[in-house]
Amino acid sequence: MSATPLLQIARLTKSFGSNQVLKSVDLDVTAGEVVTVIGPSGGGKTTLLRCVNFLEAYDGGSIKIDGREVGYVDNAGGRKRGEVDLAAMRAETGMVFQSFNLFPHLTAEQNVMLGLQRVRKKPLKEAQEIARHWLDRVGLAHKTKSLPYELSGGQQQRVGIARAVAMDPKILLLDEITSALDPELVNEVLDVVRKLATDGMTMLIVTHEIAFARDASHRIIFMTDGSVSAHGKPDELMAQVASNERLRNFLSRFSAATH
Amino acid sequence: MGYQLSFNQIWRNFDKLTNGVILSLELAVIAILIGALIGLALAVIYVSSGRVVRAIISSYVEFIRNVPLLLLVYLAFYGLPTVVNLAYDASTSFIATLSLYAGAYLVEVFRSGLEAVPKGLLDAGKAMGLTPWQRLLYVRLPTMTRITLPALSNTFISLFKDTSIASVIAVPELTWGAQWINNRTFRIVEVYAVTTVMYLVTGYAILFGLRLLERRFRVER
Amino acid sequence: MAQLIDAIVYAIPYLMSGLGMTLLVSLIVVVLSLVAGVVLGVGLIYGPLSLRWLIRLLTDSIRGIPILVLIFAVYYGLPPLGLNLSSFWAAVLALTLFKTAQVIEYTRGAVSSIPRGQMEAAKSIGLIFGQRLRYVIFPQATRRFLPPWVNGVTDAVKGSALVSLLGVVDLMQAINQVIGRTYEPMPLYLLGAVMYFAINYSLSSLSRVLERRYAYIKE
Repeated sequence: MSATPLLQIARLTKSFGSNQVLKSVDLDVTAGEVVTVIGPSGGGKTTLLRCVNFLEAYDGGSIKIDGREVGYVDNAGGRKRGEVDLAAMRAETGMVFQSFNLFPHLTAEQNVMLGLQRVRKKPLKEAQEIARHWLDRVGLAHKTKSLPYELSGGQQQRVGIARAVAMDPKILLLDEITSALDPELVNEVLDVVRKLATDGMTMLIVTHEIAFARDASHRIIFMTDGSVSAHGKPDELMAQVASNERLRNFLSRFSAATH
Repeated sequence: MGYQLSFNQIWRNFDKLTNGVILSLELAVIAILIGALIGLALAVIYVSSGRVVRAIISSYVEFIRNVPLLLLVYLAFYGLPTVVNLAYDASTSFIATLSLYAGAYLVEVFRSGLEAVPKGLLDAGKAMGLTPWQRLLYVRLPTMTRITLPALSNTFISLFKDTSIASVIAVPELTWGAQWINNRTFRIVEVYAVTTVMYLVTGYAILFGLRLLERRFRVER
Repeated sequence: MAQLIDAIVYAIPYLMSGLGMTLLVSLIVVVLSLVAGVVLGVGLIYGPLSLRWLIRLLTDSIRGIPILVLIFAVYYGLPPLGLNLSSFWAAVLALTLFKTAQVIEYTRGAVSSIPRGQMEAAKSIGLIFGQRLRYVIFPQATRRFLPPWVNGVTDAVKGSALVSLLGVVDLMQAINQVIGRTYEPMPLYLLGAVMYFAINYSLSSLSRVLERRYAYIKE
């Protein structure tokens, strides 16, 4: 481990009422790394991701991006950052959602341009150029003027990715981005993510696509019941199957797909 | 400034307000009953009639809904008796007006209620050999009651508030009672404070009661 | 018959100027209540709990009070408390309170119909609250908001007839004044009814057109 990690998560806790979904999670992501979080539903994966750009406020521990605490001025549970500060931090983390969440009243191009114009303060021309560049990169150069409802699920999700990466974020958060897609549309989206990984984009990915996690990521985190149960490089993790019963049980459900 | 609140005069004449709120409720109850009859009858006619009849019913509904109630009240009390041989007191005139007013709003409520009855239920009625009247009586009306009850409750609360307009033709309901006390005692702030609270408490008490009633009806599905 | 026609010809200028006042009152009420209602409606959804309770209390109270009582309470009740308003502004204030409560409800309904993910997506690209409303929430909420709001303008026009009771010479008061001079109540009430009907029916028809148009827009 040479450089200081870009994202540092330490002793992170989060509860919804009496239900503790995150029980002291530690996780570092270095610049250029692709880290995938896998695990059974309800294990806290998505909550973890949503804490990183403060869509959920965490209760304890710390999340730092480039050394700055996310969401709070000093420490968890303390004073929250002001609206402008918070927005500026969020602009540094791109997020792609399970249900796409494209703005339905804006075209594909406008969806990508909104943040460039209003947050990055790019002039119209430049914002448009960047938007077209990224839509081209995700294979949608011919759909720039389409409204979301005119696009397939896979196309919508690729616009969602373009919208996030066009902001030039330090880290990209992908929250089960293929779970809402028909099976035949999954690959066109995963291919885009693979390309981004090759380009050196730092990514934290929550997914159910075990095969994809294994061959696209540098490290895999296995989460159950709100804590990290196993982690390591893909082959290191697979080597733990014998000793980790939960991991074995979880992966056995995907065995048909992985072997 | 320096206005001293004094409620003594209000409590001394409080019967004007209590009698007023009772009359307001009576007016609203009579109006919703007659209005529901008008609304239901016209809704049934509407769904089973051709274009001409529908247009006539729609004109009635649209006319009432798009003209201020105050004007309708004046029209019925001051205008109508000058052209037809009709002598009625202010209360009767107001009840007639408010009932027709309620009817116009309730036609819509019942019409959408009737149309919300699933077609499959009506087909089932047909298959059993029920006549159109029997289908209306035993299938359509009972099923739509549950759908229309909340709207009926809301209409009733609106009517209760609308009875305040009867004060302009000196029907001694709650608002008139407030004005009566006001004219004699000049305790303006106190009168309207008490009156406002009486409208609020009565209105929300009724609404609460009606919601309980609706829930009872919903249980018997 | 000739007398009737004379009465109507005599009445027209008065009614027209009364109509002008009705439209003026309605316009001011509609504009003020739109601004206040949207702001408070946003507060009702996104504000802190205490603010939400306060706005709820305000709207529920106003909606429980007859407009007529609201008008009297504002007109007669404020001067003893040291606030003197002309009958015109007292009426406008009371009607604005009533309409604001309505607009708050329309706003709440329209904004809360937008999926939560929209707000989250807007947050995640770094928009601040005002920008999220302006560029993401409001453009989508507008088509939910507009049809009931346009239809609700008729309530302002109808409610404005009550200002006549404070002596403001609107269409309703003009009708009564002309009747006081011509003793032709029925034709004049009918004429007035037709004028109110013309305005309000246009508004409610527009509302239906908007509703149908927006119904075709896909999500």
